[in-house]
Amino acid sequence: MPYLRSVFWQQLCAWFDKLNQRYAIEGRISLLKRPETLLRSTPAGLYSPAGDFYIDPVRPVERALITHGHSDHARSGHRKVMATQQTLDIMALRYGPGFAGETQAAELGKTTGLNGVAINFHPAGHVLGSAQIAVEKDGMRIVASGDYKRASDPTCLGFEPIACDVFITEATFALPVFRHPDSRDEMAKLLKSVEQFPERSHLVGAYALGKAQRVIRLLRDAGYDRTIYIHGALAKLCDYYETQGVKLGPLAPATLEKDSAPDFAGTIVVGPPSAFQDRWARRFPDPVSCFASGWMRIRQRARQGGVELPIILSDHCDWDELTQTITELDPEQVWVTHGREEALVRWCDLNGYAARPLHLVGYEDEGD
Amino acid sequence: MEEFAALLDRLVLTPSRNGKLTLLADYFRDTPDPDRGLALAAITGDLNIANVKPAMLRTLIAERMDEQLFAYSYDYVGDLAETISLVWSADEPLRSNSVPTLGDVVTALERASRSDAVRMVEKWLDQLDASARYALLKLVTGGMRIGVSARLAKQALAQFGQVDVTEIEELWHGLTPPYQPLFAWLEKSAEKPESLSAAPFRPVMLSTPLEEPDYSRIKAEEYVAEWKWDGIRVQLTSERGQRRIYSRTGDDISHAFPDIADYMTFEGTLDGELLVARSGDKEMEIGAFGDLQQRLNRKTVSARQLESHPAFVRLYDLLVDGGDDIRTLPFAQRRTRLEAFAKQLEPTRFDLSPLITYDHFDDLVELRKTPPHPIIEGLMLKQRSSTYVPGRPKGPWFKWKRDPFIIDAVLVYAQRGHGKRSSYYSDYTFAVWTGPETEPHLVPVGKAYFGFTDEELKQLDAFVRNNTTERFGPVRSVRAEPQHGLVLEVAFEGLNRSKRHKSGVAMRFPRISRLRWDKPPIEADRLETLEAMLRDAQAIE
Repeated sequence: MPYLRSVFWQQLCAWFDKLNQRYAIEGRISLLKRPETLLRSTPAGLYSPAGDFYIDPVRPVERALITHGHSDHARSGHRKVMATQQTLDIMALRYGPGFAGETQAAELGKTTGLNGVAINFHPAGHVLGSAQIAVEKDGMRIVASGDYKRASDPTCLGFEPIACDVFITEATFALPVFRHPDSRDEMAKLLKSVEQFPERSHLVGAYALGKAQRVIRLLRDAGYDRTIYIHGALAKLCDYYETQGVKLGPLAPATLEKDSAPDFAGTIVVGPPSAFQDRWARRFPDPVSCFASGWMRIRQRARQGGVELPIILSDHCDWDELTQTITELDPEQVWVTHGREEALVRWCDLNGYAARPLHLVGYEDEGD
Repeated sequence: MEEFAALLDRLVLTPSRNGKLTLLADYFRDTPDPDRGLALAAITGDLNIANVKPAMLRTLIAERMDEQLFAYSYDYVGDLAETISLVWSADEPLRSNSVPTLGDVVTALERASRSDAVRMVEKWLDQLDASARYALLKLVTGGMRIGVSARLAKQALAQFGQVDVTEIEELWHGLTPPYQPLFAWLEKSAEKPESLSAAPFRPVMLSTPLEEPDYSRIKAEEYVAEWKWDGIRVQLTSERGQRRIYSRTGDDISHAFPDIADYMTFEGTLDGELLVARSGDKEMEIGAFGDLQQRLNRKTVSARQLESHPAFVRLYDLLVDGGDDIRTLPFAQRRTRLEAFAKQLEPTRFDLSPLITYDHFDDLVELRKTPPHPIIEGLMLKQRSSTYVPGRPKGPWFKWKRDPFIIDAVLVYAQRGHGKRSSYYSDYTFAVWTGPETEPHLVPVGKAYFGFTDEELKQLDAFVRNNTTERFGPVRSVRAEPQHGLVLEVAFEGLNRSKRHKSGVAMRFPRISRLRWDKPPIEADRLETLEAMLRDAQAIE
């Protein structure tokens, strides 16, 4: 009876709220404490009053816990940063070694105490190094999942479900229209096109961290063993993935040699999407512009972006993954952030989960 | 069904013509009968199946999902068929069951009533994947908009079978979906099908532009001269009671011009220019191309339009006289036969395009400069000995168009191009000055995306990037001030009044003829110049 349970829970909370206000008994009955004392949203990001730290803050803070290396979550300028070693490495690659005053590597699955709050990092399946952060105090556990996905990804550890009282979920693709197809079919689509248009080059737009390496790795898994050309912005990250055991096969920079006439006909070139509308793209013969993103599910998005071959490939959960994850974790409460919160909250209402939007600002819900 | 869906998905997003041709030809090669023929018919609009109304689809989805969640989804996607195709979910076992082919779907729908069709669609939606669901819904709602004309589809068939497209055009109207004999012939596994229908299309003879080196060839005893009328080229054919009006690419446009078809009481095939009349101050007069557009691209035509914009045909040539195919006779003889043939025709619907007498080439130069009617585009020069052959051979027929109109306008917006040009700002909106002389402002008058060289495109692109004042998605507005900006010399073929444009005028076939880096924007033309051109055009009428 999840529905009844949630109604009951809400009423109980409301009653304790009143009790708390009237008798100022906050903290005395620890079991019944509201989760907001453990984590709550502030303009700088998710903040823990109990532990005095932020998760993925959007402004420079004293102490930050970082879920993964995408630039809207991992910003430079915090004094102390705690994240997985891979996320710390990625931040150093992007911002330089002085990106934070102090860093601390979080080991997956190992508890660290911070002002009486127990902290645990668990794989999130989003990109290399990505983690969910579980915070726990007085029997109350909240999991901030950051960005995550459930679909298989050969370039990072898979999402690990963690039982919790409050689950904080992203909502980037939280509409029933978003259902990501099998990544193998999408790669087959790309390879078929390469075969059909041997005189053209295929430019695959993919975000530099995570998506680009996943596309390359998936092409290798599909049996494509020719050299893949990459934009300069990808080089450092691809090298880093290699050191972490993600084999990407033969890569070469998509640059022009001074003396020899370059010929990119028939090749696959991977680069950040923004580069393809730039003058950089002119070196390629009659390119087929492809974009690897969950947004490509919507035809109009592809059309507006001038994308000729959409590749529906996402590092975020689709609708089914989101709802299945909530069903599987069965948390007391669901907090929904960055994306289409209203649809997921509606689904939670219909299915008996207490849910509310967090209204965190500063995360690009467009990035995928 | 899934291959067809994949084809549609790619066609919609492929901007280049060659890309579309490759996709279509590959599909025809890889897909068995009857699916490939049915796909072809779906694309050319020749498929006749039960229609499902959007309201019925809404009812279907309402039975399956929360209304609010559907509303959020539809709001985001904006297209009903696409939304339903994406949100539809079925249990896995259903989907792994047999997947219907395009042939299964079309065969069932041909026999179905509308209400049966809805139930079938529901069953198929459970069996298909998202992309195929979308194709199915577009098919049954009749809203297949994929940017492929019938002409392009025929071109793809020609590429697939390595035959000339005129051969396909000639056969086309005798064939019906799924076109098995056609595919068999294109694959060289059967003889060319005979054109069975009465009144088939006969591929049209076209002309090449007359250029300087060929001026000396034009002599009165060799070439006859005619005006080139600015309507649409048509072929009228009437055989054994079957009457058809074809466009020059072989599309059957009879339904749009019943006022012509009704008077096609002859037996034979005529070539001419379709024009419309409109009521002038005192009597009916020939309408401009804008008037003709009132009658084009319509499924049906209203009685009011038949009265306000009646159509007629100015005759150029006779291809079949009674049962006698005279295409192999020289033009001069065909013309004589045409003049005799025209006598039996209804004079308000058919008249002869007059021949122009001249002695020397210099006379033509003068005539070209001062045509007697604004709807004349220039001159046609036809060799007296020319037989009527399909295509565009160089020599027998020349067209010599009037010089284009020219104005100087100011670049105001630029939009990123597609395909090869997606990294360039290659579509340019230009404006002219209006308002008081002391306080002029710019009003856009048109858009052009060709006419410049690749080198000029680079310069234009750099100018746009360095002078951007605002961005709206793929569009940038560009600095355009009296003393700072870029003047474009724009050439165009004609001018119409337009209620859709703020300036009140619309150009035909505008292109950029020169970049005037030397000219300050304030010296560009004013709207009054265009308005005067419009008045001049009407004064001749």
